[in-house]
Amino acid sequence: MSALVQLAPEAGMAALALLFLIEALDFAKLGALRAWAAAAVAALALLALGQRGVLFGGCYSLDALSQFFKAAVAVGFCVVVAIGSRPREVEEAKQPDYFMLLAISSLGLMLLASATELVTMYLALELASLSLYAVAPLRAQSRPAAEAAVKYIMYGAMVTALSLYGLSLIMAAQHTTYVAELAAKPWSVAAAPLAVIGLALYLTGFLFKLALFPFHFWCPDVYQGVGNETAAFVSTLPKLGALAVLVRLVGAIGLDAQTADALAALAALSMTAGNFSALVQKDLKRLLGFSSVSHAGYAAMGLVAGGPDGLTSAAFYGVCYLLMNLAAFYVVCRVRQDGQNPTLSDLDGLYRTSPGMAFVLLAAAFSLVGLPPTAGFTGKFFLLSSLWGHGHDWLVIVAVLNTAIAIYYYLNMVRHAYTAEPAAEGASPVAGGLAPLLGASLAVCLLGVGLYPAPLLGLAQAAAKVVLP
Amino acid sequence: MDFLTMNTFGFPILSLLIFLPLAGAVVALMLPGENAVKVWSLIVTLAVAALSLPVWWGFDTTSHLYQFGEHAAWIPTLNINYTLGVDGISILLVMMTTLIMPLCVLGSWRYITTRVREFMICLLIMETSMLGVFMALDLVLFYVLWEAMLIPMYLLIAVWGGPRKTYASIKFFLYTLAGSVLLLVAIVALYISQGTFSIPALMGQNYSSTFQLYVFLAFFIAFAIKVPMFPFHTWLPAAHVEAPTAGSVILASVLLKMGTYGFLRFCLPITPAATVGLMPFLQWLSVAGILYGGFTALAQQDMKKLIAYSSVGHMGFVTLGIFALNQRGIEGAVLQMINHGVTTGALFFCVGMVYERSHSRELSAAAGLGRFMPIYVTYLTVFSLSSLAFPGTNSFVGEFLILAGAFFNNKIVAACAVPGAILAAAYMFRMLQRVIWGGTANPDQSKMFDLNWRETVTLAPLLVFVFWIGLAPEPFLKAIRPSITNLIAQTAYTAQNSLALTELMPR
Repeated sequence: MSALVQLAPEAGMAALALLFLIEALDFAKLGALRAWAAAAVAALALLALGQRGVLFGGCYSLDALSQFFKAAVAVGFCVVVAIGSRPREVEEAKQPDYFMLLAISSLGLMLLASATELVTMYLALELASLSLYAVAPLRAQSRPAAEAAVKYIMYGAMVTALSLYGLSLIMAAQHTTYVAELAAKPWSVAAAPLAVIGLALYLTGFLFKLALFPFHFWCPDVYQGVGNETAAFVSTLPKLGALAVLVRLVGAIGLDAQTADALAALAALSMTAGNFSALVQKDLKRLLGFSSVSHAGYAAMGLVAGGPDGLTSAAFYGVCYLLMNLAAFYVVCRVRQDGQNPTLSDLDGLYRTSPGMAFVLLAAAFSLVGLPPTAGFTGKFFLLSSLWGHGHDWLVIVAVLNTAIAIYYYLNMVRHAYTAEPAAEGASPVAGGLAPLLGASLAVCLLGVGLYPAPLLGLAQAAAKVVLP
Repeated sequence: MDFLTMNTFGFPILSLLIFLPLAGAVVALMLPGENAVKVWSLIVTLAVAALSLPVWWGFDTTSHLYQFGEHAAWIPTLNINYTLGVDGISILLVMMTTLIMPLCVLGSWRYITTRVREFMICLLIMETSMLGVFMALDLVLFYVLWEAMLIPMYLLIAVWGGPRKTYASIKFFLYTLAGSVLLLVAIVALYISQGTFSIPALMGQNYSSTFQLYVFLAFFIAFAIKVPMFPFHTWLPAAHVEAPTAGSVILASVLLKMGTYGFLRFCLPITPAATVGLMPFLQWLSVAGILYGGFTALAQQDMKKLIAYSSVGHMGFVTLGIFALNQRGIEGAVLQMINHGVTTGALFFCVGMVYERSHSRELSAAAGLGRFMPIYVTYLTVFSLSSLAFPGTNSFVGEFLILAGAFFNNKIVAACAVPGAILAAAYMFRMLQRVIWGGTANPDQSKMFDLNWRETVTLAPLLVFVFWIGLAPEPFLKAIRPSITNLIAQTAYTAQNSLALTELMPR
């Protein structure tokens, strides 16, 4: 029984998936209650922030890191459901299945955050991924959505296979799959070449989820193809799960100099390629897709830095990224009434038609740039501080120069919303019910974390501390 | 905390100054009607101005310490604090900011006709971040406020600007942001090296000369763009021309000062060796700015552009004074920052007033106004004379001190800067001649009406300061003197012949 209390967030998410299944079987009608049910699970996860323990023979641990990311995933899921509790692009009859799959995927991500054994991690990752593959094409009569789903599956399957191959190499070289035991083994190229290669391949699976260059090619295509609400999920939560694993593995095992250099190079390429590609995008979701590639590069800076500060800032940045991307997608999901992909020019005159939403977009865009006083700034600032002086100073310079590139396309969003005239009369964005409240609280969170980051930073610090040997 | 004299007012007066406008902005969100918002913004900015008076009266002019200090932990794990204080370098800038803001509200009374509420909210947020920048004694706090200003300023230009507002606002934003990204790296590097973000604690540390050079360059790019120093000035004319009057005034009076303030607050005391090493280049860049600004202003047909380029020249004088690195030069530079704020702010108001009437900023369209707008041209004449540093006006004192300081440091550089003063006379008289008398083919100006009481009141305080500083600069110089003496001691620079010469000139 005590284990069930400890696993309340996971149990809650699983129950939620069951609830959606019941709804899918036409036994109940949830409708707008969906968001409230997700909120209950988020509350459970927040209450469970302090849970500690090791379960299932050491495969599964509840620690500051796992509870931190679990809470972030649960809150993120709740916001995604609230953003589109009745997504317009999914046929009414398929909506319960749609949410069931998203809930299962979130459950996988929550398990991923707690997994401390490589096979468990792998299974959790598969649980999270496979349900997402199924969600991707659920956009009514949309060929691009189907195409995106195929791309997602193909890329995903290939990378997962690589990951599995890496796992086998690690097992062969180190004779264990428990993270705690792996941490005690030698991890230099000279002492355990096979294991280092294996780990690199294994991590590929998670870098793919994070959409770090060069594993990012799926990212803009999938964002563009899938429905707006689905993209809100795909762009945020899986990255958190991947980040949780990366923080745990990098913390426990550490990166040797060569791997750190390689990751630093990937991070630099990721930011630069992401930002330059985003400069020319017209489709908002595609733009945000490339933007998330560059943000993967920023988050990787924390991993390159390693140590308590680096891992803290990576975990912290993960949550900042969740908040700002959800805020951006809050607008993306609302700006078009017909549920089609919004373009930059769809934002024209948003300020006139819906000042509140324009403000949310403003906060999200400037947070994504990394301008104070928003969460994006504090997140990036902690990353830069943790990385400076650890032999990768050049990466810090590349990162700040990228800010200067990125400002152009984020500012473009703001410019369209604030200074352009509305294209057509009467095309006011959809809002109603508690939606404005959701947008406002996202914007307030962005500003709040930007101005007073100490509490969240404290949680992230505790999370980073547990994984370090 | 030995650099800080704590606040003894019994209430946090500096925090109040910073956050009062922000609170006012929040209230303005909820007020009904645009007139109520205008009146409310005027009340708030006036209240801030009134509240800043005790700071001036209570300021200890014999101390170089940071006064009215406040200190609270902000992000303890990284040793980031909320530290505020004003010293001789910042006190006048704070006072000028609180003076300018009510005038900006008054000056926008009729000019802004759309989205008045949002406009006023932007102005109030600007005031919060501008005052914060001048008072912050923690690098992170400084950076947060420094960057936070970009967003409302961008909106001021992009939403309420002229026909090319999109181009101008994006150029402004990109330039300023690109300049300050490396500033962030320098801040991080300083933190890693000393373990603190406290600005005074970072001064006078024993940094290696290469480290100083890199930090200096990172600071320099950010501040030189803000000033703007030649050749980083190209965003300025665009932004000035397209911004609404209040935006131009804030930009000219306060924002440009942040660059020179940054030089004084960071470059000189934190990286003295690099400053001294690069001094000749910085002086020549200043001279280039003075001459370039002057010649370009001479050729302008658009009055706002003319004043914008004259700003490049005037700010060249300020940086010349700063990098003369002696008491006179820097005193003159600080005073000239205030003078430029007063004079150029007033000139932008003047141009805005004509624009409200004729919807043109062209010199040719404003020709021959003297007959029909006597009060207006009187104001314009005084401010123009002040701008060209006519004796008896404020800029004369500033430019004289700067040139005196520059001559002590480097005679050739100073001699090259002198033509800048003549150029200023040339372009200002050219403008005055056109506007007051014009030629034989003046446009019909009989429809133009003279300034109303609101406009007269807007310009009056600035006129007072033109003559006050011009005729009795000592109260202002007295306040800044100890801090500058201390600053020069921190740079540990003495020119070969400056001491002997300064003794020849009694105070």
